Amino acid sequence: MTRILIPNGAIGLGFDEAALWRGVDMQPDAICVDGGSTDSGPHYLGTGTSKYSRASTMAEWRILMQARAKLGVPLIVGTAGTCGTDSTVDWMFRITCDLATELGQSVKIARLYSSQNAEWLADRLDHISPLWPEMPVTREILSGCNNIVALAGAEHISAALQTGADIIIAGRTTDTATIAALPLLNGDHAGGAWHGAKIGECGALCSTNPTSGVIVIEFDDQGFTVQPMAEGAICTPQSVAAHMLYENADPDILSEPGGHLDVTAATYNQLDPRAVRVTGSNWAPSDRYTVKLEGARCAGYQSCSLVLLREQRYVENASKWVDRLATFLHGEIRSRMGLTADDYDLSFRLIGQNATLGALETNTATPAEIGVLAIITAQEQATANEIAKLCNPFLLHYPLSDDEPQATFAFPFSPAEWDKGAVHEFCLNHTLTLKNPMDAFRLQVDEVTHG
Amino acid sequence: MARLADIASKIRSKNAGPFALTIDIFCGDSDSYNAICNALSTSRVASLYQTAETGIKRYELSDLKVLKFSMPRPNIQGSLADRDMHASGWAWLLAELDVNI
Repeated sequence: MTRILIPNGAIGLGFDEAALWRGVDMQPDAICVDGGSTDSGPHYLGTGTSKYSRASTMAEWRILMQARAKLGVPLIVGTAGTCGTDSTVDWMFRITCDLATELGQSVKIARLYSSQNAEWLADRLDHISPLWPEMPVTREILSGCNNIVALAGAEHISAALQTGADIIIAGRTTDTATIAALPLLNGDHAGGAWHGAKIGECGALCSTNPTSGVIVIEFDDQGFTVQPMAEGAICTPQSVAAHMLYENADPDILSEPGGHLDVTAATYNQLDPRAVRVTGSNWAPSDRYTVKLEGARCAGYQSCSLVLLREQRYVENASKWVDRLATFLHGEIRSRMGLTADDYDLSFRLIGQNATLGALETNTATPAEIGVLAIITAQEQATANEIAKLCNPFLLHYPLSDDEPQATFAFPFSPAEWDKGAVHEFCLNHTLTLKNPMDAFRLQVDEVTHG
Repeated sequence: MARLADIASKIRSKNAGPFALTIDIFCGDSDSYNAICNALSTSRVASLYQTAETGIKRYELSDLKVLKFSMPRPNIQGSLADRDMHASGWAWLLAELDVNI
């Protein structure tokens, strides 16, 4: 039997500290937490930076390091620093070293690196296969990525555990691998290990109190039992089974390095008022060992401007106004700056009308006001900023028709435009076949001595 | 006729990776589940999201009383044309849909 304490869905989201210490009292065999995924968008992988603040990360990691010291069991973070590049693994390592100094802890730290070298991958194009929906991959596409990571699996976390590390800081990892690794090493039921890991990967999201964060999962030779640690929170068969659907296109199948989880035959039973017991999950090993690749590249530089329409006639005719304005602005940008259509992108979002859904929006209610967000993208930041400045007087005064008194709209800021910096895009959706799981990953073990 | 949100207990949408999105309709009880499964055709969903019906995967999960749809994202997450980084807003089109129940 293996007991895993999971504080929340990602470091930085916060957790109920009383619930965490209640979980520690249950004597777990490991503490496992995630540091992120692609869900926050391509910026983090494109820049190799964390979405969550250093202050939040430190505040939560400090408590987890104290819990680990009390228990004497491994503390594991996967996909460190949101995107799991080598740079964010090292960012998390420095935070850990600073906290070890502060807390007077001596710890053995294993870093698992998931970043990939584009040339090394380009020499193995015949080992790279597209996933659905298919995208191309070439040597040029690989070398055009700012960062490429491969998603580590349970084998890599197991290798890190076998170094005897107190703390494992893993780069990009599947959501489940950090949790599944120790139960698998201990010989617990493989289907149960992966299924429990999927149910637990967002912490208490599988319970009636999602924001409390903390859960404990017990893995054994038949399946797993999950319960939340917050006072008043419970798991129900419905709340647990529903999490298998979350962020998962197929409700029954979850692909992992080395195989897939199939929960078609799983059963969920209320074990006691707080805990749910799950059995019947199946792990199907695959013939080949594949890891998923993620890559992000720069797609240009952006500047934005926001103007507010409050006059009812303009609110009612916002689409017409923006269409007329856009036609005019494209002419001005091309004639005054000598640019062509390929040199820039100018788009508008009507906040209050259809900014979320665009042409799909079915709700036609007229709001009190509409925010018009202008988004300019060009290959250089200076060009995007220059276009935004060129647009400014027209965003302020452009009329619905030629023959009417001058209109003036509301700007919330001065300067009216702001530079967003580089914008990134995901450009890989592939798997890489490996002979040995560790072929594309590296382990670095350090002893940090304090106190 | 009724709005789907008035019959279902919860409707949510979310990314399923950067290239796909998934929508879960938690129907609450068996009557609502059966009624929603009957009233909401895949072609109606395809038309609502202006996407090819063949690209939509439909899952009827009677144990959970959930009707689930997964489909390719119309724009890759975070690309210039993307409007909703987490695909959270897609649920509301279905929630506000009038269905014959």
